[in-house]
Amino acid sequence: MLDAAWLIPAFPLLGFAVLLVFGRRMGEPIAGWVATFASLGSFLSTVGVFFALQGEATDERFHIVTLFTWVSSGSFTVDAGLLIDPLSITMCLFITGVGTLIHLYSIGYMHGDEKFSTFFVYLNLFVASMLVLVLGDNLLLTFLGWEGVGACSYFLISFWFTDPANATAGKKAFVTNRVGDFGFMLAAFLVFVELGSINYADILTRAGELSTFSATLIVVLFLLAATGKSAQIPLFVWLPDAMAGPTPVSALIHAATMVTSGVFLLTRLNPVLAEAEVWSLGLIAWLGALTALFAATAAVAQNDIKKVLAYSTVSQLGYMVLAVGVGGYVPAIFHMITHAFFKALLFLGSGSVIHGLHEEQDMRRMGGVARFMPITAMTFVIGWLAIAGVPPFSGFWSKDEVLLLAWNADGLGGPALWAVGLITALLTAFYMTRQVILTFLGRTRFFDPTPEEIESARAARLDEAREGIGAAEEAHASAMAAVEKAEADVTKRQDALTKAQESLVDATAAVAASSEGADGHDKLVKALDKAEKAVPKAETALAKATDGVSAANDGVREAEEARAVAIVAVDRVSAAEVAAPSEFVTAQTPKPEIEGLEEYLPESYAHRREYHPHESPWTMTTPLVVLAGLAIVAGALNLPFTKELHFLEHWLEPSLFGNEAKVTASAATKWLLAIIAILVGAVAIVASFAVYLRGRFDPSRIEAEPLRQAWYVDDSYASFMGGPGRRLFDGIAWFDRTIVDGAVRGTAGGLSSIGRTLRVTQPGFVRSYALGISVGTLFVMVWFLGRLYA
Amino acid sequence: MEAIDLGDIDAWYLILSAALFTIGLGGLLTRRNPLVMFMCVELMLNAVNITFVTFSTALDDLAGQTAVFFVLVVAAAEVVVGLSIVVAVLRRRPDMTADDLTTLRG
Repeated sequence: MLDAAWLIPAFPLLGFAVLLVFGRRMGEPIAGWVATFASLGSFLSTVGVFFALQGEATDERFHIVTLFTWVSSGSFTVDAGLLIDPLSITMCLFITGVGTLIHLYSIGYMHGDEKFSTFFVYLNLFVASMLVLVLGDNLLLTFLGWEGVGACSYFLISFWFTDPANATAGKKAFVTNRVGDFGFMLAAFLVFVELGSINYADILTRAGELSTFSATLIVVLFLLAATGKSAQIPLFVWLPDAMAGPTPVSALIHAATMVTSGVFLLTRLNPVLAEAEVWSLGLIAWLGALTALFAATAAVAQNDIKKVLAYSTVSQLGYMVLAVGVGGYVPAIFHMITHAFFKALLFLGSGSVIHGLHEEQDMRRMGGVARFMPITAMTFVIGWLAIAGVPPFSGFWSKDEVLLLAWNADGLGGPALWAVGLITALLTAFYMTRQVILTFLGRTRFFDPTPEEIESARAARLDEAREGIGAAEEAHASAMAAVEKAEADVTKRQDALTKAQESLVDATAAVAASSEGADGHDKLVKALDKAEKAVPKAETALAKATDGVSAANDGVREAEEARAVAIVAVDRVSAAEVAAPSEFVTAQTPKPEIEGLEEYLPESYAHRREYHPHESPWTMTTPLVVLAGLAIVAGALNLPFTKELHFLEHWLEPSLFGNEAKVTASAATKWLLAIIAILVGAVAIVASFAVYLRGRFDPSRIEAEPLRQAWYVDDSYASFMGGPGRRLFDGIAWFDRTIVDGAVRGTAGGLSSIGRTLRVTQPGFVRSYALGISVGTLFVMVWFLGRLYA
Repeated sequence: MEAIDLGDIDAWYLILSAALFTIGLGGLLTRRNPLVMFMCVELMLNAVNITFVTFSTALDDLAGQTAVFFVLVVAAAEVVVGLSIVVAVLRRRPDMTADDLTTLRG
């Protein structure tokens, strides 16, 4: 069976080739099934190899299966060969096992995506590269896999590249990883210089020949490689952004497999670590511990369901690196396996929620999802119990082993490492409980209007109220105009009245002056009569005009009142801003007040209310159930009670060359540490329930802004690279252009100008050449004769 | 350095050779007709040949005469190539002088 080990990477590679050529034609869902079966074939081959290996004596479990000579150059030969030993087969088992489940899940998750088959092309290529990484029998083959998984990670993070944010996240992951790869390459060169070979068979057996200095340098450089791939300080920044990819990718690549390759590499090279200075091991341990703590603090304040899990992954990888640093290779691999199960489960669960909730990723918009998605909720809860370190779930056993080894570490500040690990465990239990509560428990906030929708509704309401003010003001202006007009009318009437009265007086005087019967008397009487009649008429008109003024004044008053009402309405709508929903949410957060705004909410709100959250299809829930089962029982791989139960430790023995740290703590200490860990986890869970389920404590005092921004590390990188870093690189580019290229161009230019100078000696006149030759001959002759007679 | 014994040799042979060589060199440097320059070169070659033969006889060493044969053969070959170039050039431009042929100027 061992000779057939090549089948392990061959299956997904074949799947990749087939899908690359025929994937589009196969379409959905056949392409997905082809990929899944390719991965399944690989898993079954691995199981076969596993049993073959188990059937052998412990010290014979180390095989090199050479396939062909890959590179042959002088004394440097590299074979494409597979290293079959317990470590590589353990890695293969969970890579192909979890990988197959995630392939199956993706068939459901990627349903309806127009790049369905492309997704599986990348996924199969990833699995093949990952297997080459762990199975390669030399550093170059591991590096091939290392770059292969990096490329697939890039392709899949920016899978939906039409969104610039996704494309940027992919580039960021790629570029950040290049920094780590630089460490890998330098370390591999150094290994070749020191040992003359990059085959693991040579490195592992001849590590003792390395000087302490070069071993330390190799370890530090490989640690740099590990900080890139395994997302440790300082190169972790790409992993939270990598969540831009589809969720199955996050589960497979960015939680279960690829990100563990740094830990795998350090474990694989344990004989080299054994030769290195103690401080480099302390560096590994402390880097891991600080990353674990740092990422856990950031995870507490994330609102994106996948970001929480991303920081959680960084934190758990920190545990593994910590374990490697203190010589706990078995706990590192143990935690890697259990983490692969429960973190893949959690990611797939979050993917199921996202899928069921219409691509909603913000936990503040979730809540009560358990009602709609019982299977997802149940399995997620199991994942939560596993990662929170609740016995007897798998995470408890593996994390406890890591903490025990940390406590046990001599000369590296063991108890301090243990304390950092314990605080991380506390934070882990806290933020995971928060995530479960915000996602699955409490009121369903999904149907609440979003802050944006409320904002838009209020804007619409405000616009309307403002229009009211405008209308009232217009009415007021026209009322004022009416008043003016009425007042002008009154003046006119008054003038008319005065005139009428004057003409009455004139007429009366005229009548009195003339004697009756005189010429024109009758005419004057008639005029008087007329004037007498005109006065009351003018008086009536005046009274009417005065009434008009008061009526117009009433109109003005009314318009003013309407304006006041409109202004009050605007003020009220503006003041409603205070009641905008808080960005800190617990299960107790009430539905946002939208009194009077209902009819102004945009259409998206109505659309959402018509949408029914649902449980995911069986292709997605089956992997969840299987992984949940594994997350429960995986602790049985390495139970601490008796020596016989240390299955994983016995199994990995041939790969560790006796470099596993010996635990010296007494049984009582072990029990005490375990009990403290359980208590701390319980306290964190209870505290999280108090804050997020009962609302007893304001979450805004926990989710501080620095935590949400992950202590601004990413921002400071960005501003450094944009500012001083940019200037530095500009300077280097200037040096390259001016000094390096200048030297090259200067040489060429100098030769060319010498040529230009010398060309005058070649005028093309044949006689001048002849003269030159003659004179030269003369000189030679004189010189010769001079020597002859000197 | 001891002087070589030249034996019984008529210095006039060498004087003739030197005279021919000088005439040839002078002609080569002053004349512009390619054909004449060519003849001058031939004159210089044959001046050297006379010197070879003279020393060969004086020193009783056939190596000098062997060298003459080589010079003759090379000169014949040179005449074939050189003369054909000169003829070809003069055919195209009959009034050509050597100073006009500056195409190979650097």
